Amino acid sequence: MHWGVVIRNFEYFLVGAWPAGPMGGLLMSILLALGGIFGAFWLGLIFGLMRMSRNTWVRLPALVYIEIIRGTPLLLLIFWFYFLAPVVFGRTLPSFQSSLIAFIIFTGAYIAEIVRAGVMALPKGQMEAARGAGLTHVQAMRYVILPQSLRNMIPSFVNQFVSLTKDTSLASLIGVNELMLTADQVNNRELTAPMEIFITVAVLYFIVCYVLTSASRRLERQLARYQARGR
Amino acid sequence: MNYQFNWAIVLTGEYADWIVSGLYVTLKVSGLSIVLAFALGTIIAVFRMAHFRPLRWIALAYTEFFRNTPLLVQIYFWYFGSDPLFPESIKKWLYAGDFSFAAGVIALSVYTSAFIAEEIRSGIFSIPKTQLEASRAVGLSFIQAMRYVILPQAFRIIIPPLISQFLNLIKNSSLVMAIGVMELTYQARQIESYAFRAFEAFTVVTCIYIAISLVVSLTITQYNKHFLRIIKY
Repeated sequence: MHWGVVIRNFEYFLVGAWPAGPMGGLLMSILLALGGIFGAFWLGLIFGLMRMSRNTWVRLPALVYIEIIRGTPLLLLIFWFYFLAPVVFGRTLPSFQSSLIAFIIFTGAYIAEIVRAGVMALPKGQMEAARGAGLTHVQAMRYVILPQSLRNMIPSFVNQFVSLTKDTSLASLIGVNELMLTADQVNNRELTAPMEIFITVAVLYFIVCYVLTSASRRLERQLARYQARGR
Repeated sequence: MNYQFNWAIVLTGEYADWIVSGLYVTLKVSGLSIVLAFALGTIIAVFRMAHFRPLRWIALAYTEFFRNTPLLVQIYFWYFGSDPLFPESIKKWLYAGDFSFAAGVIALSVYTSAFIAEEIRSGIFSIPKTQLEASRAVGLSFIQAMRYVILPQAFRIIIPPLISQFLNLIKNSSLVMAIGVMELTYQARQIESYAFRAFEAFTVVTCIYIAISLVVSLTITQYNKHFLRIIKY
């Protein structure tokens, strides 16, 4: 066993060469995931609401977007944005930016479905009562439905964040310097301890994801107590 | 955007053959993995419900660990780092064949089995406890009750999520390109680097993936329409 390799490179796994050099490692993965979930939330909210519209011309684009993205492997999507930028913009996009765009667009489709499910899960009476009280449809959405349903969606958002954190490892394949790529670099440099290195990296990912998953489970139980229920 | 499309280059000739062979490898990897994953997942689900505590802990650790680590890390682990794990005879057999393919299948099955175990467990838990109690009261043994009453109902509920796990597996199988298995995404990359035809190659491959996923989701919808109606609680 060569755990010395892991111990020598542990700081590199966590933050890369930062602060003296470029940032990398787990810190980079988490930054990618945070940026991705933030962008995906707004994108998913918009498309989730469009998906529920009664106007076909609003609903259809959202439906097509969601179905196409959910049917495509993330890896392929990452390649799409990486290799297409030169064709569309005439210059290459840095791998960090292009992978971030891919993560936002990919996760946005899943969040759109979460938003739709969350809004549909609220009892119908909520909307009817809000409309009956004189609010317009938009007002009812904005002040009555969304505040309640978004709160109920928090556990699903956390789960989505967890799977995004795992998925950031794919960015290593186009050369973003995050945890997976640092592991690969160290593995290629040392060549003696692949098992130890990949176990360590798996455990690092596991710690982040497991803490968040447990938190979301607890949250789910707590939120379940304060839900508006239909009869 | 002054890009000359050239679909013919991807849809005919050598590159088309690459895509077809890629599709074949994708289906082969996913088909093999789903069978192994289902077998492993069933075992883990049974462990998860065993009376013997250590078995339950093992199963819990297994599902939590493999569900909370990235698939790519697991693939690299099996490909680069699994050497000390296998006994000599199995190693010889694995290395004699296509090891990247074997490592990919192992990684995909282990990863997916953790998810499948959870689906099976929740399916069995969704059958009301009274069903088991009633069948025990009628005189069936525990195994008989499971075999003839609980499992036939549970599997009906489990099948739709199982199919969507299979769909995830097909999409996840694109990751094994990282260790050099020549499946669909690998071939798209290959065409990109040989012919500089990223747009055409990725479009064709994306369409294939979407077609697969549409067929699968249609199957689930049809299944739900026909079979799930029958079950009521």
